[in-house]
Amino acid sequence: MYRANVLCCAGTGCTASNSAKIFDNFNECLRKYGLEQEVKVVKTGCFGLCQKGPIVAIYPDKVFYCHVKPEDVERIVSEHLYKGRVVKELELSDEDLQTHEKILDIDKIKFYEKQQRIALRNCGKINPEDISEYIAMDGYQALGNVLTTMTPQDVIDVMKKSGLRGRGGAGFPTGVKWQFEKDQPGDEKYVICNADEGDPGAFMDRSILEGDPNAVLEGMAIMAYAVGAHVGYIYIRAEYPIAVHRLKIAIKEAEEYGLLGKNIFNSGFDFKIEIRLGAGAFVCGEETALIASIEGKRGMPSPKPPFPAVHGVWGKPTSINNVETLANVPQIMLKGADWYASMGTEKSKGTKVFALGGKIKNTGLVEVPMGTTLREIIYEIGGGCPNNKAFKAVQTGGPSGGCLTEKELDTPIDYDSLIAAGSMMGSGGMIVLDEDNCMVDVARFYMEFIVDESCGKCTPCRIGTKRLLEMLTKITKGEGTMEMLDEMEQLCYEIKDTALCGLGQTAPNPILSTLNHFKDEYIAHIKDKRCPAGVCKALLTYKIDADKCRKCSLCSRNCPVGAITGVAGKEPFKIDPEKCIKCGTCLTTCRFGAVERV
Amino acid sequence: MKSLEDLKKMREQALKKVEMREGGKNYRVVVGMATCGIAAGARPVLNRLVEETAEKNYDCVVTQTGCIGMCVYEPIVEVYGKDGSHTTYVHMTPEKATRVLEEHIGKGNVVEEYTVDAVKGVAA
Repeated sequence: MYRANVLCCAGTGCTASNSAKIFDNFNECLRKYGLEQEVKVVKTGCFGLCQKGPIVAIYPDKVFYCHVKPEDVERIVSEHLYKGRVVKELELSDEDLQTHEKILDIDKIKFYEKQQRIALRNCGKINPEDISEYIAMDGYQALGNVLTTMTPQDVIDVMKKSGLRGRGGAGFPTGVKWQFEKDQPGDEKYVICNADEGDPGAFMDRSILEGDPNAVLEGMAIMAYAVGAHVGYIYIRAEYPIAVHRLKIAIKEAEEYGLLGKNIFNSGFDFKIEIRLGAGAFVCGEETALIASIEGKRGMPSPKPPFPAVHGVWGKPTSINNVETLANVPQIMLKGADWYASMGTEKSKGTKVFALGGKIKNTGLVEVPMGTTLREIIYEIGGGCPNNKAFKAVQTGGPSGGCLTEKELDTPIDYDSLIAAGSMMGSGGMIVLDEDNCMVDVARFYMEFIVDESCGKCTPCRIGTKRLLEMLTKITKGEGTMEMLDEMEQLCYEIKDTALCGLGQTAPNPILSTLNHFKDEYIAHIKDKRCPAGVCKALLTYKIDADKCRKCSLCSRNCPVGAITGVAGKEPFKIDPEKCIKCGTCLTTCRFGAVERV
Repeated sequence: MKSLEDLKKMREQALKKVEMREGGKNYRVVVGMATCGIAAGARPVLNRLVEETAEKNYDCVVTQTGCIGMCVYEPIVEVYGKDGSHTTYVHMTPEKATRVLEEHIGKGNVVEEYTVDAVKGVAA
């Protein structure tokens, strides 16, 4: 029996900052101090507060250490675990996150206070590679109840009543989707978990799979029982190696425990899950393309109808749900539809996980009830923009979504309100932009992504998005015309109306929404040949103010292309605009503020 | 695993692994584990507390702290109740620890003779 648990985050973020070494050091150090029988080290999934990683939490003391380095481990063991003295310097100390109390309790960290964790409830709490820890947290209880006491229709009725809508972004009611498939004739049916998370900046599904893979497996088994399927596929991108690894372990353990396989809970229900690795094409998140890819074909969408519920994988009825949707299912079955429906707004129930990124202090993963405002997420949980920069916009919904500005910050977030405000929920990526971000450049970034990821099957998407990118690139180079703006807008609407799948139909959204909110920035690029945020290189020039220059030669020595000339101590320095590559090094190296960007 | 009963059994076994991360216990038993405490024999006391709590499912978490400042009375064990009560036991031994768990945590009766007030009284 252990008297303390050391929880090391083994999510992707912390792993990238060497948390595997931290885990090893703990084990080694505990042996050194003879504490290996007393203290247990556990690898967990993402704590959500990735900004402060690598994270180590110690229970039962509830102490939260952040930015832990492998060499700090010995101190934590010798001081905290051996002598019981918390290592104060390593404790979370950010004022934005902390409460007034000096001794920090994990539950009192502001970052977590506003959150309500359902899909993420076990992330950072349990070892994702040990099914028994999931079982201890009521895991597979829902599946057991469902199989032994409920009919498939009962399950679907609960899901409908709970109001859960697809968390992949489109927000289709999950119970209704399942009903469609259940009502199809035939006994060969399939379920699919869509883990092809592709929006730039989104890592919700990845973290759920890494932190609590069994919750997704249990959700899939319940879905399969409800719709009458016996085989499920998890379609996950190969570039999520940790998630794939943990899923494999979870499936193997669940099979060994009899929670997957034949005659589960003696109910006569058989269900097996197979993993299918995707090569990382964005379009394969679209369900018909995903199905094609599972079947071994080229990942391209096909027109709907027929919907997958009628004609899905191998031509059989298929339901496809997103990772986060499935992670909610066991909790809904366990605690009831009314419990779930008590959270959220009228038309969007429950909670939603968001991946906070971009110009925000607390980059990380948050789960909040629907109806929370953008302001609460960005300022109260996220801590606002770093370095006292002014907030400009928040991009939601990835390449299919749009930007929302200061005006919309008090919008309560749900599927419908975000669409009304000109963006969309999407899968939950939330990228914060500050005054240093150029909105034309942001639109160009997304369009570049779309051009790369367009599968090429339909003309509007293949050629239309390419034309949009060309026009945007011209504008960022100062070669745009005012007519171009109208042309672009018209083309956007044409693509929306004529593209085959969701990727193309929503691809123009980043342009339309930036045109709507930030037309002045486009105009500044076109008419004044100026990038107000100072991002578009072609429109910038660097100058040295001869009066301010102290002739120290620092800029000249740091210039990578030798564009700055002068005589140290004698003549002020000058930049040759022909040679200058506008990298900005001189601006950041000058200690006297003599370099200007105009 | 073939029934809800099996799952329940498994859950109960597994619960020990994770329950200290959940909180919600009635008592917090804190052992002073600074140099003074360790030198005076706090480690066997701590081990006994942990073992017995696990074995007998006492409604408490056992944890440790640094020097409380009364080194002369080490090993010191403090018991904090959810109701705000606070008892300090001094000169503890594994045997005394067992009794504190039985009486205080198990039945809610403070073991007066081990408390700092009682010991001080005798010393004075």
